[in-house]
Amino acid sequence: MNPWTLLAYGGGLAQSQSIFDPASPGAAEIRNLSILVLAITGFIFVLVEGILLYASVRFRRGAATGSEPPQVYGSKPIEIAWTTAPGLIVFVLVLVTTRTLWEINPTPPDPRPGDQALFVTAIGHQWWWEYRYDHYDGKELSFTAANELHIPAGTKGGARRVYLALDSADVCHSFWVPRLAGKTDMIPGRTNHMWFQTDQPGLFLGQCGEFCGTQHANMLIRVIAEPAADFERWLANEKGGQQPRENDPETVKSGRKAFLGQSCVNCHRVAGTPAQGTCAPDLTHLMSRQTLAAGIVANTPENLRQWVANPQKIKPGCLMPAFGLSDRDRDRIVDYLRTLR
Amino acid sequence: MAIVEQQPELARERESAAWTAVLHDWVVTVDHKKVGILYVLMAVAFLIIGGCEAILIRLQLFWPRSTLVGPDTFNGLFTMHGTTMVFFVGMPILTGIANYMVPLMIGARDMAFPRLNALGFWATLFGGLLVYFSFVTGAAPTMGWFAYAPLTEHAFARSSATDFWALGLIVSGIGTLAAAVNFVATIMGLRAPGMTVRKLPFFVWTMLWTSVQILFAIPPLTATLVMILLDRNLGAHFFDVQSGGSAYLWQHLFWFFGHPEVYILILPVFGMVSEVVPVFSRKVLFGYEFMAVATAAIAFISLGVWAHHMFAVGMSRTVNLYFAAASLLISIPTGIKFFNWLATMYGGRISFAPPMLFAFGFLSMFLIGGLTGIMLAIVPFNYQLTDTYFVVGHFHWVLIGGTLFGTFAGIHYWYPKVTGRMLSVRLARWQFWLLFIGFMLTFGPMHIAGILGMPRRIYTYDAARGWAIWNQLTTAGAIVQVPSYAIFVYNLIVSLWKGKPAGDDPWDAWTLEWTTASPPPPYNFEEVPVVHSRRPLWDLKHPDDPDWKYE
Repeated sequence: MNPWTLLAYGGGLAQSQSIFDPASPGAAEIRNLSILVLAITGFIFVLVEGILLYASVRFRRGAATGSEPPQVYGSKPIEIAWTTAPGLIVFVLVLVTTRTLWEINPTPPDPRPGDQALFVTAIGHQWWWEYRYDHYDGKELSFTAANELHIPAGTKGGARRVYLALDSADVCHSFWVPRLAGKTDMIPGRTNHMWFQTDQPGLFLGQCGEFCGTQHANMLIRVIAEPAADFERWLANEKGGQQPRENDPETVKSGRKAFLGQSCVNCHRVAGTPAQGTCAPDLTHLMSRQTLAAGIVANTPENLRQWVANPQKIKPGCLMPAFGLSDRDRDRIVDYLRTLR
Repeated sequence: MAIVEQQPELARERESAAWTAVLHDWVVTVDHKKVGILYVLMAVAFLIIGGCEAILIRLQLFWPRSTLVGPDTFNGLFTMHGTTMVFFVGMPILTGIANYMVPLMIGARDMAFPRLNALGFWATLFGGLLVYFSFVTGAAPTMGWFAYAPLTEHAFARSSATDFWALGLIVSGIGTLAAAVNFVATIMGLRAPGMTVRKLPFFVWTMLWTSVQILFAIPPLTATLVMILLDRNLGAHFFDVQSGGSAYLWQHLFWFFGHPEVYILILPVFGMVSEVVPVFSRKVLFGYEFMAVATAAIAFISLGVWAHHMFAVGMSRTVNLYFAAASLLISIPTGIKFFNWLATMYGGRISFAPPMLFAFGFLSMFLIGGLTGIMLAIVPFNYQLTDTYFVVGHFHWVLIGGTLFGTFAGIHYWYPKVTGRMLSVRLARWQFWLLFIGFMLTFGPMHIAGILGMPRRIYTYDAARGWAIWNQLTTAGAIVQVPSYAIFVYNLIVSLWKGKPAGDDPWDAWTLEWTTASPPPPYNFEEVPVVHSRRPLWDLKHPDDPDWKYE
């Protein structure tokens, strides 16, 4: 069993999604700036609340109420002082904002041979993610994956950047993996860009950041960073299609027939077969994924069976209806899907 | 005997006749005081409805993967909660208080256009009812109060709930505009002799600028809601991306209204606090002129910062930087105000009577909302924080810690003028402390949940994400707040009969509303007062040391 599948089963463990636990240079820059801003605002907080509490205690009227206190109408020098001081703080904040903003938002380069960079077009759908792998290390890729984004992890001195072009197929979404980068929205009709890189192999969780309808809450992101060699193995597998094999058991053969005979093919795609739908997740390598339905449940045979039988039970409101398959059809189709490695 | 027997019946008849007469009187009234009370009652009713929605939201989020309410119900709840609180609680309660107080504070007998005033209220109320009529379609709209396109398009929102929502906001927007026009005309045209614009009571000054902001902000909202209705019902394509419309356009149009709206909800409160803090510190407002200029500056700058709600939509770095700088700039006039309030308290003789207690709540809490606002204006930090629970914590800190605490200060301050009775101090203290503690417990943990990666507007979350404890604290805080609102409403009602008689001027205050009877007669003032300074009653009470010598 590969270690990533293990991680999926270990989903009971809390996985950090904190913005103060960065694993990518951009997220780290943001963390550093945030700490500076927290320090400045923290100082203002202590100062102003301090004066407020002091004044409230010190000048609280005692039991005896005498005459009115001296009336002070204002003071120009004092007003100028407390206009200038916040002005200076604002000036400093604008400068540090500018610096970080320019550092973390470079213009994305074009892919070229030997750049060791991965280019992916990520497309938000109600309520799942489509990833079109465009280029890796300057070589053209053209395959599509869904929901789980595999990326190469860099090594010291050998950074492997990931550039995402962000689109939406329907409504606004937002791509957000807190440990890798801040949010960038997916706005239909516009293409946005973001990048990240990490030296830490592992799983990075995130989810859609912009309300996008019924199942916004379960539009989860899993980014899986693997050492370059593992990643390239994964790439090689994903590039291939699915052909019927001679030695497939009978249930798989009939499952394939059932799958291709049902309306599954209108929405889903399995490369190498007549199933060429584009409005639902690409299933070509379904079994290489840790989870189903954009991260809501682990990819186990039982979950897959329940999903095929009635997706509305697992993810109410999702766009895949329950098709009312017979138990036999359902089991055959699941058997077939289980071969899509 | 027969006569005696008939008496109860007669009394009942008279009573019912009186009851219908009272109802008739309130429905057809054009008296600014009655219209003001109607606004506040409407706001309190909607506050209870919006509060119930909030409690359901919090109960759903108490347990991870809870199935208390389904996803669409949850999405409807937060859409209605946001819409209700902004349009049918926040704006009406402030408009209502101003409706009552502005003419009294400037020595006028009514608003400039009394019939327009009544129209404004009824349009606001019917707008609210129209939005709630969306429930007759089977369910509330589910696209969130800022209704990002294309979720409002027919393809994604099939039921006509969205049409009811848009129509309701158009109608209530007309009411809001009517009120704003009326305030500007009243403040510019009906001031007492001697009250130049430089001598306006501070609350009136802030209402003037709030009205100017409304005049700039509401028409774009109305226009863009009409565009939604055209898209949905007449096949236009303003926001329909598949047919060449733009989802991005909606965000600009909405926030061009939406950001000034935030200041529409806070400027009047700045005004109320600027009335309460001096009276209960026994000192004149420190730096009136700087405060006045700061108010105008906020009103202007706030018209040019809207896209700080949109840092993550992929605008260029330069545009983002401009909006960040403009947003940060607002902290300067806000800081001026804050320091002037503190300077007013400093060296005073402070009494923590209920109005001042709530003003203290405002000062201590609004500061925090302002500081988290600075964090959100720092674009890179915003990339992480936007659309998370941190933002939800931030704006509730501003709207409850700021607007609501300040409004309660105003209500506790002016209730004796409106009813002739004092509110119970003991109940007011309970209300304050339950709200203060419950509020921090509710919205503090939201900031942490956001930092830990929890997006807003999710109907559920997985236990493995580690957010449960923060959500449970938040829900507990919300439940602590509930009795506070109940005590408030109870206090408002019971004090009508049981409150101590207030007299004309219970707080020994300085502005014109305290010269007339409590409650004021329909004509407000027997004699139109003549004003020489910003504190006409101070001049009367201290003829040896009047204000006009120093202004």
